[in-house]
Amino acid sequence: MELLRFTTAGSVDDGKSTLIGRLLYDSKSIFEDQLDAVKRASVQKGSAHLNLALFTDGLRAEREQGITIDVAYRYFATPQRKFIIADTPGHIQYTRNMVTGASTANAAIVLIDARNGVIEQTHRHAFIASLLGIPHIIVCINKMDLMEYREDVYKSILYDFQSFANKVFPAQDMRFIPISALHGDNVVKPSLNMPWYADGTLLHHLETIPISQDHDLVHQRFPIQYVIRPESDEFHDYRGYAGQVAGGFFHPGDKIMVLPSRIESEIVSIDTLTGPLSEAHPPMSVALTLKDDVDLSRGDMIVGIDDVPAESYDIKAMICWMNPKPLQLHGKYALKHTTKDARCFVQDIDYVLNISTLEKVTQNKTVRMNDIACIQLRTTKPLFFDPYKINRITGSIILIDEASNETVAAGMIVLNS
Amino acid sequence: MGNYNLTHLKELESEAIYVLREVAAQFERPVLLFSGGKDSIVLVHLSLKAFYPARIPFPLLHIDTGHNFPETLEFRDRLAKSVNARLIIGSVQESIDIGRAVEETGINASRNVLQTVTLLDALEQNKFDAAIGGARRDEEKARAKERFFSHRDEFGQWDPKNQRPELWYMFNGKKRMGEHFRVFPISNWTEMDVWQYILAENIDLPGIYFTHERNVFFRDGVWLAAAPFMEMKPTEKVEFKRVRCRTVGDISCTGLTLSCADSVEDIIQEIAATRVTERGGRYDDKRSEAAMEDRKKEGYF
Repeated sequence: MELLRFTTAGSVDDGKSTLIGRLLYDSKSIFEDQLDAVKRASVQKGSAHLNLALFTDGLRAEREQGITIDVAYRYFATPQRKFIIADTPGHIQYTRNMVTGASTANAAIVLIDARNGVIEQTHRHAFIASLLGIPHIIVCINKMDLMEYREDVYKSILYDFQSFANKVFPAQDMRFIPISALHGDNVVKPSLNMPWYADGTLLHHLETIPISQDHDLVHQRFPIQYVIRPESDEFHDYRGYAGQVAGGFFHPGDKIMVLPSRIESEIVSIDTLTGPLSEAHPPMSVALTLKDDVDLSRGDMIVGIDDVPAESYDIKAMICWMNPKPLQLHGKYALKHTTKDARCFVQDIDYVLNISTLEKVTQNKTVRMNDIACIQLRTTKPLFFDPYKINRITGSIILIDEASNETVAAGMIVLNS
Repeated sequence: MGNYNLTHLKELESEAIYVLREVAAQFERPVLLFSGGKDSIVLVHLSLKAFYPARIPFPLLHIDTGHNFPETLEFRDRLAKSVNARLIIGSVQESIDIGRAVEETGINASRNVLQTVTLLDALEQNKFDAAIGGARRDEEKARAKERFFSHRDEFGQWDPKNQRPELWYMFNGKKRMGEHFRVFPISNWTEMDVWQYILAENIDLPGIYFTHERNVFFRDGVWLAAAPFMEMKPTEKVEFKRVRCRTVGDISCTGLTLSCADSVEDIIQEIAATRVTERGGRYDDKRSEAAMEDRKKEGYF
C-alpha cells in the first residue's frame, strides 16, 4: 500500500470542510464516538442535518469562530492507499498555512464553487500549489447540485480555469471533477445526477494518480544528517553517514563526491538494523559507509561524481513570508537548507507578487505576512542546491529570526543568480 | 522507469527515523518519554533502527503514576535492559509527598493530570531540552494540530495559536535557555499503522494488550479495571470478564475492551472492524470537549 499526501485549499464557503467530512464519512473512516460527538454538536448548534464540516473541527478558537486557523492533518485509508490530508484554511490571511500544507503534498485539491466559477481565490490557490511544486492538481467544481448538475456550467468553469492555468503553469498534471460534497456526488460514489461525466470520482483519482515519479530519481543527493559512531569494541572504527536520500539511487560500489570538499570516494555499504541493502532511493532513511576516511559531518552532502549541484553564496528564491514582523531588507537571518545551518543577509527584494492578480510589484516592496516575494540572499557558507522545480528537498530553504527563533519564511530556490 | 515507491509503512518508518536523527543532531540532552504503551515501544524500536550499530543516544523517561498495570512495569524494565538504555523514573507519588501535586479526590479521581507536574519537574531537573513522545495526530483533535517539533516555553506550555510553521522536513529546534521541545516522530501514523508495523517488525508487547481475564466494572460506557485505589459508586459492581487494553495508560483512566484477541493478527482484524476510536475508551478525554487541548497547553504529553 502506498502513501499519498494531499492538501485541500478552500474556505468554509467553498465547502472544503464538508468535502473532507464527506471523504471520511463515505470511506467509512469516521468512528461511532466521533459521529456521536458531531451529532451532539450539530444539535447544540441548531443545525437541521448532520454537519459533516464538524468532523474537521480542531482547537477551541476554531470551534468558536467556525473556521480553520492552522493546518490540521487527517488520515484515512482505502485498500489501495493510505492518505494524509493537510487541511488548510483558504483565506488570503492564511496563505502561510496553505504554503505549509502544500510543502509536503503529492496532490492538491482546488475547490471551486460552481455558482461563482473561477475567482481570484481560485487563481491564488492554484498558483500556490504550483509554486510549491505539487505534482498533481485536482480541480473540484463543487455545489453542482445548486446548478442543476448542468454540464455547460462545468465545461465553462473548466475552460476558464485552463485558460488561466496554461499561462501560469502549462506543464502541470491537472484533473477536473464536478462534485457535490453535500450530497456526495462523485466524491466516493459516482453521481447519478451527472451521467455526462465518466472520468472517475475524486477518491478514484486519489487512489490511482501515479506518484512514483514525484521524487527526484535522477540526481544523486544525500545530505548528511548525523554521523553514527558506535565507539564499541565490535564497531571500533565504524563511521556511518546517516540521512534520508533526497535524490537518485545509491548502490554499494558507486563512485561519489563529497561536498563541500569535492573529495571523491566510493560507497562501501548501505546499512540498516536488519542488514545491508543493495540500493537506496528517496525517501529512504539509511546510513552509508565510505571507502576512504574523509572529513564529513552534518550539513555536508554526498552526490554523484558527474552530477554536482550548483554551488553559490548568492541565492535567489521565491519566498512566502510567515511572520507578523515584515522582512527586513539588508537584515540578517538564520537559514536552514537540507541539514545545513547557515546565516544570510537579505541583499535585495526583486518584487513582491500581488497574489490575487499575479502581478509583480516593484514599487514599495515591503514583504509582509502572507506575501510572496522574489528576493536575493547572500549566505555565510556556500549552499549546494538544485532549483526547487528539480528537487523539492535540495531546492528549499527556511529563514529564522535570530532574536525570536521563529521560522519567518519558506523559500524556493529559483536559479543560480 | 519502474515503481520506486515505498510501502506506506516503510515511508512512515523512514520519516520517523529522520525525525529521531534530527533530535539527536539538534539537541544536547534529548530524552524519550516511555509510557510502556505500544506507541512508545514502537519509538524505542525506531530509535534502534535510527542509530544502528550505535546505542540509542538518549535515555528513557517513565512518568510513574503509581497506578500502573504491573505487567507494564516488568515489561519496561526488561526492554530498557535489552536495548541497553538508561531508564529514569519520575514518580507522581513523590510529587504528591513533597507537596508539588495534590491528589484528586472523589469517584473520578485520577493521577492522569498530576503527571504533568512530575513530567515538567523531571525535564527541568535533568535539563532535558527535547522530549520525544509517541503522540499521534489521529488520536485526538488537539493533537491533529501538533508539529513534529513542538516548542514549549520555560513553563512547559504549548501555545497552539502561535506555533512555528513547519515546512517540508526542515525542523527548527532553536530555543532560548530553559525552553524545550516536544518531538513526535510518529505524528503521521494511525492506530492501524502502528499495529501493522508491530506485526511486520515482530515487536514484543506487554501481555495486557492481548486478551486476559480481569475484574472490571462499568462506568459511563467504559469498562475500567477494579484496583484497590479505584473508588467505586455503590451501584457499580465488579464483574470478571475477558478483556484487553486498546491503549495503555494509568489504570484509573484506561478503558478496557471486551475482546478475545490473543495475537497481533487478531487485534488488527478487531481494529479494522471496530467502530469506536482508540481514545473513545480513555476516561481522561471524557472530562470536556477540549480536555486534551487544555492538558496539552499545561505541558501534558
